Amino acid sequence: MATVSLRGVRKSYGGTVEVIQGIDMEITDGEFIVIVGPSGCGKSTLLRMVAGLEKITGGEIAIDARVVNELEPKDRDIAMVFQNYALYPHMSVYDNMAYGLKIRGVSKGEIDERVKRAAKTLEIEPFLERKPRQLSGGQRQRVAMGRAIVREPKAFLFDEPLSNLDAKLRVQMRVEIKKLQRQLGVTSIYVTHDQVEAMTMGDRLIVMNKGVAEQIGTPIDVYAQPASLFVAAFIGSPSMNFLETRIGADGSLALDGASLKPKTRIDPGRAVTIGIRPEHLSVGSGFDLKVELVELLGADTLVYGRLSDGKGLVVRLPGTEVPKIGDRLPVKAHDGAWHLFDSETGKRLGAA
Amino acid sequence: MEKRVTFNEKTLPYLLVLPQIAITIAFFFWPSWQAIYQSVLLEDAFGGNTRFVWFDNFAHLFRDPAYYRSAMITAVFSLLVAGLGLSISLLLAVMADRIVRGATAYKAFLVWPYAVAPAVAGVLWGFLFNPAVGIVAWTLRIFGYEFNYVLNGGQALALIVFAAVWSQISYNFLFFLAGLQSIPKSLIEAAAIDGAGPGRRFWTIIFPLLSPTGFFLLVVNVIYAFFGTFGVVDGLTKGGPAKATEILVFKVYNDGFRGQDLGGSAAQSVILMAIVILLTVVQFRFIERKVHY
Repeated sequence: MATVSLRGVRKSYGGTVEVIQGIDMEITDGEFIVIVGPSGCGKSTLLRMVAGLEKITGGEIAIDARVVNELEPKDRDIAMVFQNYALYPHMSVYDNMAYGLKIRGVSKGEIDERVKRAAKTLEIEPFLERKPRQLSGGQRQRVAMGRAIVREPKAFLFDEPLSNLDAKLRVQMRVEIKKLQRQLGVTSIYVTHDQVEAMTMGDRLIVMNKGVAEQIGTPIDVYAQPASLFVAAFIGSPSMNFLETRIGADGSLALDGASLKPKTRIDPGRAVTIGIRPEHLSVGSGFDLKVELVELLGADTLVYGRLSDGKGLVVRLPGTEVPKIGDRLPVKAHDGAWHLFDSETGKRLGAA
Repeated sequence: MEKRVTFNEKTLPYLLVLPQIAITIAFFFWPSWQAIYQSVLLEDAFGGNTRFVWFDNFAHLFRDPAYYRSAMITAVFSLLVAGLGLSISLLLAVMADRIVRGATAYKAFLVWPYAVAPAVAGVLWGFLFNPAVGIVAWTLRIFGYEFNYVLNGGQALALIVFAAVWSQISYNFLFFLAGLQSIPKSLIEAAAIDGAGPGRRFWTIIFPLLSPTGFFLLVVNVIYAFFGTFGVVDGLTKGGPAKATEILVFKVYNDGFRGQDLGGSAAQSVILMAIVILLTVVQFRFIERKVHY
């Protein structure tokens, strides 16, 4: 158990392509941090830098106040779960889990005890003598977890560990990993491209885009107050609606006949993008939406439509409300549910 | 369900495999049968008088100390060729696998020797080590080491081992490199995080995962040492000096085509054939099953 500090961490290849452009973060003891972002955003690279599998080209990474930049992975006292599990195919499940302990010279008795205990926690006791190839995807995943927990490291690193599992198993393992982490209280860094995993598992999230941390915060912060257009679009499903507009002379926003008053003062004439989540719209007098497509999800109904000025909008309604295609649907926004972003920089300006 | 293309045509499939079958019969079954047939005959040098002698040729062989000597030389020779050939090429493959820049150039150079026919390799090394004009022998003499494979049996054996290994390394190297590159990188990384240093990673992860390749190459190399090295021996020492480098396959040739003892030579071929069949069976039956993941 430990703290992990990232101070201006940078990574570049050949001095020209900068894939990580200065990440700062203090991870407290026992915290579950999720690094989330689209593929190619540098999230795995960042994790591998913490693990010691990639060289750090700038800044510092410290585990428990000890700078580890120059340390080999084995000296960092971390454990990692890989996307493809990376189980040793020629060893039994037991030996896979015992490998790291044997190397560290732990006594036979203690190895046995720790492996058995981990196997019990993860419910893989019946498979201890099997080879990885004789296991299903979910079981391999558990063995990979087991190999990490027997080591009792200072931190767990997860590199998209659930992306090779089917949807149902993924939900189940998501819950189990979270529970296990709570129970063991080990500081964890978890990389994923799945925003649902990110929202449900993380104590805090790092939302990354093109090597930059767009926002660091709790899931609810990130959801309720996205720091940029990118974060707003990336977190939440279906994605937030965006409309391009301009601040009027009186500091308010004109929108399809209605007027919005920003909570903070913004210079008149500025180009802004306003956003609203589909779940923050409901039936009521406000705008008229021409319904173009209706998706029934059971619990919810997603309505895709257009405003009178031709801008597209998605509305999430309760499953009981099913408008007809071609109908005019009156929609209203919830109070204070509008997000305002600078159209040029993409930065958040406030709410309305 | 496996999807299969089926032909209704009855004769076409046979027609298509006919060339391969014809080649196999003409160059494998027919000579093998001839060898077996010859091995139970006693024939004079001009083929005028042939007699069926049952297993006399074999019995004669097993009483012949020269045959045991040749078998012993072959054992030492193939052990050295396979052992050195495999370990040197594994070392080269591991090093080539670590190189990032210019890897293709290194690999190309390492594969070149394979393009040199064994007989040419024999002549080549024979020239370099020639006691009278060879540059290597000359250099060794400067350092006070008298190298004369024409007179010294031990040195002659060392030289054919050297030449045979040199010819075979490329082949082994290619297989080892392919084997190394098929090991997922994350396995090595997982081992590194588990605390294993480079040496330990090699012996506990990489080496066991390479063992299927290794076993395959072992059999191939032993067979190569038994048969493929004929050209090397013929080009370098012709079995000499004083039969010090007369491996079994060369003795077959010597006894049959120089000594004109066709029956005895054929009997030796049959024994060699049996050894190869045995090795292949071992390869398929035991080893493959044991190291397959």
